[in-house]
This record gives sequence, C-alpha cells and structure tokens, in this order.
Amino acid sequence: MLARSVSKRFASALVPAVPYLWLGLLFLVPFLIVLKISLSDPAVAQPPYRPVFEWGDILGFLSQLDLENFETLIGDDLYLRATLSSVRIAAISTVLLLLVGFPVAYAMARAPARRRPLLVALVILPFWTSFLIRIYAWIAILKPEGLLTQVLTGMGLIGKPLAILNTEAAVYIGIVYAYLPFMVLPLYATLEKMDDTLIEAALDLGCPPWRAFWTITVPLAMPGVVAGSLLCFIPAVGEFVIPDLLGGSETLMIGRQLWSEFFSNRDWPLASAVAILLLILLVVPIVIYRDVEARRLETRS
Amino acid sequence: MTRRLSLFNITSLVLGFAFLYLPILLLIVYSFNASRLVTVWGGFSTQWYVALFRNEALMEAAWVTLRIALLSAALSTVLGTLAALALTRYGRFPGRTLFTGMVYAPMVMPEVITGLSLLLFFVAIGLDRGFWTITLAHTTLTMCFVTVVVQARLMSFDRSLEEAAMDLGAPPLRTFFSVTLPLIAPSIVAGFLLAFTLSMDDLVIASFNAGPGATTLPIKIYSQVRLGLSPEVNAASAILIGIVAVGVATATFLSKRSTLRSQRNAH
Repeated sequence: MLARSVSKRFASALVPAVPYLWLGLLFLVPFLIVLKISLSDPAVAQPPYRPVFEWGDILGFLSQLDLENFETLIGDDLYLRATLSSVRIAAISTVLLLLVGFPVAYAMARAPARRRPLLVALVILPFWTSFLIRIYAWIAILKPEGLLTQVLTGMGLIGKPLAILNTEAAVYIGIVYAYLPFMVLPLYATLEKMDDTLIEAALDLGCPPWRAFWTITVPLAMPGVVAGSLLCFIPAVGEFVIPDLLGGSETLMIGRQLWSEFFSNRDWPLASAVAILLLILLVVPIVIYRDVEARRLETRS
Repeated sequence: MTRRLSLFNITSLVLGFAFLYLPILLLIVYSFNASRLVTVWGGFSTQWYVALFRNEALMEAAWVTLRIALLSAALSTVLGTLAALALTRYGRFPGRTLFTGMVYAPMVMPEVITGLSLLLFFVAIGLDRGFWTITLAHTTLTMCFVTVVVQARLMSFDRSLEEAAMDLGAPPLRTFFSVTLPLIAPSIVAGFLLAFTLSMDDLVIASFNAGPGATTLPIKIYSQVRLGLSPEVNAASAILIGIVAVGVATATFLSKRSTLRSQRNAH
C-alpha cells in the first residue's frame, strides 16, 4: 500500500517535472551558453571560439573570458545605430498597428453576436498561412514595376513608378500586415466584454460621442492595448525576415545584424554578444508582458 | 456590445479584411500566370505547378519539413499539455515563477535569439545539425504555444465534473483520461495544429539549426526569393495556402457538427 502511494506520488510529480526539465535543458541552458560564448574570443577552429569548456581546468577557462565583444559593440557605432533604429521601427510599427487595428477590433466587437465568431476566424486565418509567403507576396506588390504602381498608374494617380520596396516604408507595411492579428485579437477580447450601457449612460447625460470614447472606451480597452502592443513590439524589435526581404540595405535592424555576424562573418562570439544586447533591450517589456498575460488568464478563470 | 454598425465600422471592417486578404489572393491568381515575369499577366497556365512537382530539391525539402512538423507537433502537444496541467492543477510548486517565465518567454523572444542559443547548445553537446536538431528546436518553441492554448481551456471548464468523478472513487489517472481529457480534447487538437503550422512555417530557427543533410521548405523558398521572384514559389505558396484553407474548413465543419450533436443530445 505504501509502495503504491509512493509510486503514485512519483507519477504525479512527473507532470510538472517533464516539461520543466525540457525547458530547463533546451531553453535555459542554451542561454547560459550564449552568455558564456559572448565572453569568448573567435577562433579559426571547430567550434569557432575559444576557450572551450573543460572540467579539469575551470579557473584557466574562467580567466580567458573577457568583455572584448561588448567593447566592440559599444565602440562601433553601427550597433548603437542598429539598436536605436530597431527600437524606432518597432515603436512606429506598434503605433501604426494600433491605428489600423483599433477600428477593426472595435467594429468586430459591435457586430451582431452571431457574426462575431466568423469575424474572429477571418482575423486568425491569415496567421495560419505561411509568414514567409505573406511577406513574399508584398514584394510583387511593392516593387517599382509591381502591382501597386500598375494600379495607381492605371487610375492616373501617379506618373512614375513608386519606389517603396527596399525602403523603411516597406518594412512598416510588412510589420503591420504580418502582426495585425496579434493586435486585433487582444483588443477585440477586451472591447467585446465592455458594458455598452456605460456609453449609453454617458450619451444620455449629454456627453459628446468622442468624449465618451476617450473617457470610457479607451481606458476600459487599456489591458488589450497593452497586451497587443507588447505582443507586436517585442518580436518586431528582433525581426529579421521583414527588413531582410522588404527593407533596403540601409535599413538597420539588430536581428539582421545578428544574422549577418553569424552567417556572413562567422563570428559566433560577436553574434552571441548581439543576442545578449537584444535580450537586455527586451527584458523589461517581456517581464511586463508575462505579468499582463498571467493576470489576464487568472481573471478569466 | 450590440448596436447597429455605423458606416465607419463597416468601412474599417472592409478595409481591414481587404488589407489582410488581397496580397494572398493576388499570390494565388499570379501562380496561374503563363508569363515568367511575376507581375505581368500572360494568360492562364498551370505550368509552374508542373515545374514545381518536377523540382526534386524542393519536393525533398517539403518532405523533410512535413516530417519535422509532424514529429515536433506530436512531442510539443504532450509536453505542452503536461505543462498546462502543471500550471493549472498543481498550485504553487517550487520554481513555479521560473517555469511560467520559461513558458511565456519563447513565444515573444525574437527568433534569432532562440535559434542562435539552441544552435550553440547543440554544438556544445556535440549533436550534429540536421533533422533532429530542427525537431528539438521546434518542439521547444511550439510547446509553449500548446501550453497556453490548453491552459486557457483547463481554466474555463467546470471543475466540479472532476471533483464528482474523484468523489465517486475514480483514481486521479482514471479521472484524467475519462473526464478531463475528453473535455480539453478540442484545445489539444488546436494546440497540435498550431504547433504543426508554426513548425512548417519557421525560417529563422530552422536556418540556425539546419545541417547539410536537412533543408526545410522555408529555407529553400527564402534562398529562391533572395535571388528574385519566381513563379514556382508562387505555385508552392498557393498549394500551402490551399492545404491550410482545406484544413481550417474541415476543422470548422467537425467542430460545428460536434456542437450540433451535443446540443441534440442535451435535448
């Protein structure tokens, strides 16, 4: 009997233990390795960095680690510019996403209840199709002799081809397009729960509609605004595919920098240092996002 | 909120959905273009589909991608469901905060960081890059999405059903398999599908962890796109979109039918 209850206890402890160990091994440990390699030096060897960890000589190993890569990052203003430009592009995109996403989410929340599941499905559906393909589709639309130019020339609106592809504008279009569902869904979730009688009461008391919107709807939608903005801002800062395919060579972004340090320059230690820099940049928004999400799930239950 | 939609609301919906769907529709239309020039219409043709199926490198990559997606989605569904159970049914266990952090972080973490850190880990333990490294990497990423989907369902359903089973003497495992699991099954299926598409779609993490032996479809498509637009890629994209559309339609149909059936049984 006792043996049985012990084995039951053990089985029950496996439920959290298995995913815990998995994430510890394949999420946490890899981070520590990135941290260690960011303090190493590049080498023409396999693996291409020095020192390589050895149990016998831990002190010798530790003494070889240094902050040289981070000095490079600070000394070369390329990385500073890439960092600032990533944050700027992500922030502008997030504002644009709010401007595009809010009216859509608002209209969805006001639609008749039986239509809403279909509208939600229509917002989610593009997310199921390949991200890479959706970005690729925009190349054909935005390039100088592309479809947008053809349509606008046909309507007689423009005389010469538009040069949008390979500019920052194309990156904004790509980010807004790809991330729109991530903005609309959290906004819709909060707007849908909103009590309509609050607005009616305000209007009955003589409040103009725009003021009712600003003093009632917007504050009540704030949790959705925060969740949606973080959900878009955080991955946008480290975005690689969109600036690489739609942006020009002068569109600096930190994710793209990491990619080229790794794949073109084969400087693994410097790529790791860029990853640490990007992570430091995102720690605060990620922690806030985690709290917002955890609270949202808890209030729902 | 249920009121009549204003003109502004209708315009936002129409423009919003046009923005989301027009690029995809254009891509499908132009995959049937006879002209090699991707943006000039040269008449209807299915030649790019034929060319696509003759392209052995692309077909091989598609097969590898499919196998990785199935395997990693299956693994991540099991791990994600366990993690969701741990988060909803285990209260405060030691290290819970770290655990929640590890579940939420990979979802928002830029893919370049996840890809790089996993690659450095595989190099450190001496695992050769290829099929298995991509599978492990995708499992780690997608199990977090499964966790969130299943967790939402576990939190919203009626706990008294589980309690009733336990009160009637069902052991915990039996309760789980005959009460909890059927109730959360739709979310587990949704989690599996989400994990599957995320894996099929991933370029960045796969690029870091791919070896000479295993190239996935997104890696192939990306390298072709970098060389310029190609009508074959249009055809491949249209097929992928078609598969997704059929899949989503089937899932909707099945869930509609099961709701109808349960409603009928209730009466």
